[in-house]
Amino acid sequence: MKTFKMGGVHPEENKISNEAPIEVMPVGSQVAVLMNQHLGAPATPVVQKGERVKVGQLIGEAQAFMCANVHSPVSGTVLKVDTCKDAFGQPKPAVYIAVEGDEWMEEIDRTAEVKRECALTAAEIVAKLKEKGVVGLGGATFPTHIKYSIPEGKKADYLVVNAAECEPYLTSDLRVMLEHAEEICVGISILRTALGGVKAYVGIESNKPQAISVMTQMAATFEGIEVVPLRVKYPQGAEKQLIQAVTGRRVPSGKLPIDAGCVVSNVGTCFAVYEAVQKNKPLIENILTVTGKELPSQHNYLVRIGTTYNEIIRHSIGELPETTGKVISGGTMMGKAVVNLDAPTVKGNASVLVIGEREARRQPETACIRCGKCMDACPMGLEPYLFSALVKGGRFEEARVHNILDCIECGCCFFSCPACKPLTDEIRLGKNKVRALMAAKK
Amino acid sequence: MSQQIIVAVAVLGVLGVLFAVILYFVAQKFKVVEDPLIDEVAEALPGANCGGCGKAGCRAFAEACVAQGSLDGLRCAPGGDAVAARIAELLGCAVEQGEPLVAVVRCNPSNCAGKRLSHYDGLRSCAFEATVYCGESGCPNGCLGCGDCVAACQFEAIVMDEGRGVPVVDAERCAACGACVKACPRGVIELRHKGRKDRRVYVECINREKGAAARKTCANACIGCGKCEKVCPVGAIAVEGNLSYIDHTKCIACRKCVVECPTGAIRDVGFPAPAVKPEAAKVAEAPAAAAVKAE
Repeated sequence: MKTFKMGGVHPEENKISNEAPIEVMPVGSQVAVLMNQHLGAPATPVVQKGERVKVGQLIGEAQAFMCANVHSPVSGTVLKVDTCKDAFGQPKPAVYIAVEGDEWMEEIDRTAEVKRECALTAAEIVAKLKEKGVVGLGGATFPTHIKYSIPEGKKADYLVVNAAECEPYLTSDLRVMLEHAEEICVGISILRTALGGVKAYVGIESNKPQAISVMTQMAATFEGIEVVPLRVKYPQGAEKQLIQAVTGRRVPSGKLPIDAGCVVSNVGTCFAVYEAVQKNKPLIENILTVTGKELPSQHNYLVRIGTTYNEIIRHSIGELPETTGKVISGGTMMGKAVVNLDAPTVKGNASVLVIGEREARRQPETACIRCGKCMDACPMGLEPYLFSALVKGGRFEEARVHNILDCIECGCCFFSCPACKPLTDEIRLGKNKVRALMAAKK
Repeated sequence: MSQQIIVAVAVLGVLGVLFAVILYFVAQKFKVVEDPLIDEVAEALPGANCGGCGKAGCRAFAEACVAQGSLDGLRCAPGGDAVAARIAELLGCAVEQGEPLVAVVRCNPSNCAGKRLSHYDGLRSCAFEATVYCGESGCPNGCLGCGDCVAACQFEAIVMDEGRGVPVVDAERCAACGACVKACPRGVIELRHKGRKDRRVYVECINREKGAAARKTCANACIGCGKCEKVCPVGAIAVEGNLSYIDHTKCIACRKCVVECPTGAIRDVGFPAPAVKPEAAKVAEAPAAAAVKAE
C-alpha cells in the first residue's frame, strides 16, 4: 500500500464518532458572520444595518485578490456591522444577523436529487467558485478559485483529492464520503474539467475501509477518477506528503504543488464545489465532528456558519464535562484550542473536540538529549532540534538557510520528542521571524 | 671563525634593512587613517553596547558622532545628559539638553493571576503567544506576560510582577534604550518623559475595543469616553480609536484626568498623595448634605 517516504508518526486514531450519521443542527436566534473566514484579506461587508437578508445572499464581497465572498447562512435582519471576537479572542469584522424564518435565495436548488451533468467551461467553473465563496476545507481555507486559476506557463497533470483524514478524532470527511459519495464524484469531475480534464486520484487511508469501498464503487461510474488506498500514517493529508504518496512526485523546496504538476483539494471541498456549481449553493454550512473520549455521545453535524461553539455544545451534549481541559477546533495534531466559546464557527471548521484535563496538559520540558527522534519524525526531512537552538539564539538567517520555511507545522517533532520540548512552537516563531526579516530586506 | 660571524651579521643586517624598507612601503600603501577623536568619544560612552541609539554598538555610535561632527539626532540614552555634554565638549559643538526618558508599561489587567480566563502552556514567548491567541487575560491588545521585555533588557531594569502578570520597570535602572519597546509584540511599552521630580501621568491601557467590549474584557480598561480629553487644561490628551493618549511633551502633570477617569485607567506615578476630586473633598466635609441630595 502506498504512503509518503520520509518521517511521519502514528498518533492514536480515536475515530470514535465514525458511526454517527450527519445530523442537521438547528439555527440559533442570532448569528455573527465573520468577514475573514479564509486565508487572506477580509471581505468587505455589502449590507447595512436593518437590511433583510435571505439564506445564501452575498453579505461580504471579496475586493482584494486573496479573498473570498461571504454569504449569509441564515435569513433575517442585519442587526449591525461591527467587530466580533473570534475563537482565539481577537476582534474581527463581522455582520450580525437576527434570525427570522428560513427563507432561501430562489436560485438555490434545495432538492436532494443529484445532478451529474455540468456543461460549464473551465473559466465558468472558476468564476462560479469565486461567486459562491468556496474555500479549501482541508484546514488552510485557501480560496478555491485562486487555486484553480492555474498561472500561465504551468500545467496540472493530476488532481489529487485528499480524503486521508489523518488527524486523530476527525470523522467529518468520512461521513461525507459515506453519505454523499455521488455528489463528491460529480464535484471531482467538475474540478477535473476546471484543470482541463486531468486524471483524479482520491487518497483514502486504509483505516476507512467502508469509505474506500463506497468511493471505489462510485468512482467506477465516473470517468478519470481512481481511488488510492493509503497506509495509515500522519501527516498523510498534508498536500506535499499526499502528492508523494499518490503520484510519487516531490514538490521542490519553496515551491507549490502546481510546480509538481498537481493540484490538491480536500474531499469536503469537492462536495462544496458540487453544491456551488450544480446547486447554486454558496459555502454556508460546515460538516463538523463533535467528539471527545469523555463525552456521553459522539456526533457529526451539518452546521450553519456563524453558529457559536457554545450553541453546538449545548445542542449536542448539553454542557461540557467538568474534567474538560481544552476545546479544540480541528484535530489533536494541528488543531487550535478555542478560548472564546461564544465565537462563531467559520468556513473550514471541522470539529469541536473536547479533550480531558489530564490528556490536554503538556508535560514539563526537559533538556534535549540529541536522540534525533524529531529528525526521524519530520516528514519534510528537516532538523527540528537545530531550529529550536537557532531560534532561541536569535540566529534566524541560519534557520532560513536550513530551510525553516519548508516546515508544514504538522507537529510530528513535538509529538515524538521524549523531552517534551515545544519544537513546533519554536519553529513557528522562527518562521514568523524569518518571514519578517525577508520582508524587511525587500 | 671571526669571518663567519661577520658574514652572518652582515647577511642578517642586510635582510633586516631590506624587510624594513618593504614593510615601510606596505604600511604606507595600506595605511588606515582613523580620527583619534573616535577613541576619545568611545571612551566617554558607557560601553553597554545596548543598541538603544540605533547603532550596532558604542563604537559605531562614536564613529557616527565624529563623522557628523555634531550630536544632532544622536543620543545615548543610558549616558544621558552627562555623556552628551562630554561628547559635545570633545566635538566642540552645542548640545540640546534632552528630556530624560523612561520605559512605561501601559497595561494593568484586572484579570491578573488567579483570575485568568485561560491557561497558556505553550512556548514561553510573547512573540509566539501573540500569533496564537489573545492571551491569558483575554485582552486582544494587552500584555501577554511571558517576559520578552525582561529578556531584552540589558540593565536588569524590568522584572515580571508574577501576581499581576505584567512587567514592572525600575525607573532608576532604566536607561531608556528602547530594547523592551522593540521586543514587545503588542506595543505595550512606550518611552515617555521621566517628568519633573519623577512625576508622570499616563494612560495605563492600550485596549482599542469599543467602550462596552473593553470594559467586559478588563475592569481597568480605557473605554475611550473622552472625559479626560475635556478636563485637560493644556490639550495634551486625545482619544483616538477608543483609546485615550496623553502627549508627554505637553502634559503638566496636574492630575485632573486621573480624578476624572471612570475606570481608573490613568496612572499617576511619583506623587506623594493620591489625587482627589475637588467636589469629592467637599462631599467628605459635609456627608449629611450629600446624602440628602442623593435621595
